[in-house]
Amino acid sequence: MIFLQWKKTYSLAVLFLTLCSNTVYAQLNIFACEPEWAALTRTLAGDAATVYSATSAQQDPHHIQARPSLIAKVRRADMLVCTGAELEVGWLPLLLRKSGNANIQPGQAGYFMATDHVSLLEKPSVLDRSLGDIHAAGNPHIHLDPYRIQQVARALTSRLITVDPANKLHYREHLEGFSLEWAKAITQWEKQTQTLRGKRIVVAHNNWVYLEEWLGLKRVAVLEPKPGIPPSSSHLSKVLTQLKQNPADMIVHSSYQNDKPALWLAKKTSLPVVVLPFSGADKESLIHWFDRLLGQLLSADP
Amino acid sequence: MRQKLLITAIAATLCHSTPVLADSETEAIKQELDALKKTYGQAITALEERLRKAETNAQQANDKAEKIAVKLEQRNTSATAAPVQNSFNPAISLILDGRFASFDNDPEDYELPGFALGNEAGLGEKGLSIGHSELIMSANIDDKFFGQMTLAFAEHDGETETELEEAFIQTLGLGNGLTIKAGRFLSAISYLNQQHTHVWNFADAPLIYRGLFGDQLIDDGVQMTWIAPTDTFLELGAELLSGSRYPSSGSTNGIGAWTAFTNIGGDIGIEHSWQLGLSHWQADDIEGRESGGHMHGDEAAETPSFSGKSKIDALSMVYKWAPNGSSQNQHLTLQFEYFERKENGDVSMLGSGSPLEMSTYAGHQEGWYAQAVYKFKPQWQAGFRYDWLDSNNRGSDADVLAEAGLDNEGLNPQRYSATLEWLPSEFSRLRLQYNQDESYEKTDHQLFLQYTMSLGSHGAHQF
Repeated sequence: MIFLQWKKTYSLAVLFLTLCSNTVYAQLNIFACEPEWAALTRTLAGDAATVYSATSAQQDPHHIQARPSLIAKVRRADMLVCTGAELEVGWLPLLLRKSGNANIQPGQAGYFMATDHVSLLEKPSVLDRSLGDIHAAGNPHIHLDPYRIQQVARALTSRLITVDPANKLHYREHLEGFSLEWAKAITQWEKQTQTLRGKRIVVAHNNWVYLEEWLGLKRVAVLEPKPGIPPSSSHLSKVLTQLKQNPADMIVHSSYQNDKPALWLAKKTSLPVVVLPFSGADKESLIHWFDRLLGQLLSADP
Repeated sequence: MRQKLLITAIAATLCHSTPVLADSETEAIKQELDALKKTYGQAITALEERLRKAETNAQQANDKAEKIAVKLEQRNTSATAAPVQNSFNPAISLILDGRFASFDNDPEDYELPGFALGNEAGLGEKGLSIGHSELIMSANIDDKFFGQMTLAFAEHDGETETELEEAFIQTLGLGNGLTIKAGRFLSAISYLNQQHTHVWNFADAPLIYRGLFGDQLIDDGVQMTWIAPTDTFLELGAELLSGSRYPSSGSTNGIGAWTAFTNIGGDIGIEHSWQLGLSHWQADDIEGRESGGHMHGDEAAETPSFSGKSKIDALSMVYKWAPNGSSQNQHLTLQFEYFERKENGDVSMLGSGSPLEMSTYAGHQEGWYAQAVYKFKPQWQAGFRYDWLDSNNRGSDADVLAEAGLDNEGLNPQRYSATLEWLPSEFSRLRLQYNQDESYEKTDHQLFLQYTMSLGSHGAHQF
């Protein structure tokens, strides 16, 4: 009899707990525009959220179409985590307008743009399209600076708490864990890459600014004549002459870019070409991706 | 040994009254104790050493952590307020379009047998002309609404005409996947109709669009769409339209036409995406829809006018492929659309004297086009399109229908088009297009050289 009663109480308690944990862990649906923000959100939200990345490391986040599949994802999102600073200007506003979703419209708590929370480099003083496809707010590729990532992590955590206050402690703990690990990783990376300081690099597109600033790399030439304009043969030969007078240490381009111009230049100058993963792979952690990126950079350094 | 020691110790305690132990045993215990002391002593020294090291390490780690914290603090420059150019002003985008067109036949002779042409349908100007220039202004009105206006400028018979192409407001995040649009807008019927002419992949509209809508279906009204909360994109929508514009026109009872449409779409892997659409347009009470009739060399003095009921069904299929989902270097788009229109009513020839020439009319027109556009290099793309039409229109007076251009003259209008485009940047395009146009019995060879430039705010990358 007592056993039965106990059993009843026990099952009630279990039921209650299950319900509780369900309300606490009602998972947020988060739409990340790029893999780096998907990775950061996954680390910071843990099992409190399911995260979808709209793009992969193989895609240029600027040249995406507002595909039906993306509209369907945004329609169900509780929160957006994107770069901002006009990087997604060609497709995100359209997705938002089509979604009919109130949570993620500009100004709502569910609308999180990473570049709103850090300072940007290379803010153009003149806005003219003859200078290429420039971003008025500055260079948006901030995810290549681990310090800025740390800043974004903090801002993102407080935003997660605003959107999902029930899991406040959960998010705080995750941020603490991440910050510790991240600081350790930064120390290690900075030690590893001491030899790269002052190295002279040629880049395919001007999207490595933050990495250059962090590691002390020196950009001596860009293969694109203007941002967003594919390299022309006349511009490439100009770069070649420039490199003959003033040699560089390596040519860097991202995995999603056409490698032909870089390979051509490498053949002419016998400089090593490094294909760097501009973003992490699917479900790859930020630390793992940075490790891989820096490893590739170091391996190209003679 | 421990056991032995323990037993000895216990024994010693228990039998302290008889503390008689052999000398040799005491010695052995002493030795063992000494040995123990020695090993423990070493272990303790080692432990102490390790502790000291750990402390130093911890100190170093702390220092490092502090350094990083300081660095973070130094870099923690406050976020700059999002710099918005001309804050609060609408985003303005200007489309400049110009062309050179060459036709073998006189463009004035153009007709589509079986389809009475109306609205802007036609080949456009011969030689050099400005095409379809547009001024687009849009902005979020507040947190609930978005608004857009498009002014189109085009040349018609030596006159520059300004047309209000779009002027609509749209709800922003109404919730539950609902969006409501009101004003003048491009109808969501089928696929291509929702795109502005400047994003089309060809210099001219598909023949079926020309035949049914006079290039594009634009009307005033209200549109409601709902996106289902599913992983696969599913959109349902409907429009209530005034019906005062071609191809309805003339109806005065407020709501002259309506549409219903559904689109589904998704991705297959990361390289393929697709969309399928079904739509329906209907106008039950058309009164006096005028169109161009069959020309007899001179100006047609008589204008055909249709009154009655009209229904259009449409099917659209779009498939896109890009290696690794990256459309920058290579991109393939396949597109197919089919339309069928059924009409019932009367056709009269305005200006034919009294009594007016008249015929009952039961129209059945259909047509499709299929096109492939392939971007083979970052700045180059080529396209191919094939158009085909068919009609079977009946009425009480075959002569009247023939006058009205509704007799198909026993042929199926068709057209082959090929383009080559150079896209110096995302904002400019130069296009060379060739058409072998068999719209009517006399085949026409057409050549277009066209530029389309987009100035101002960044356009949207529509699917």
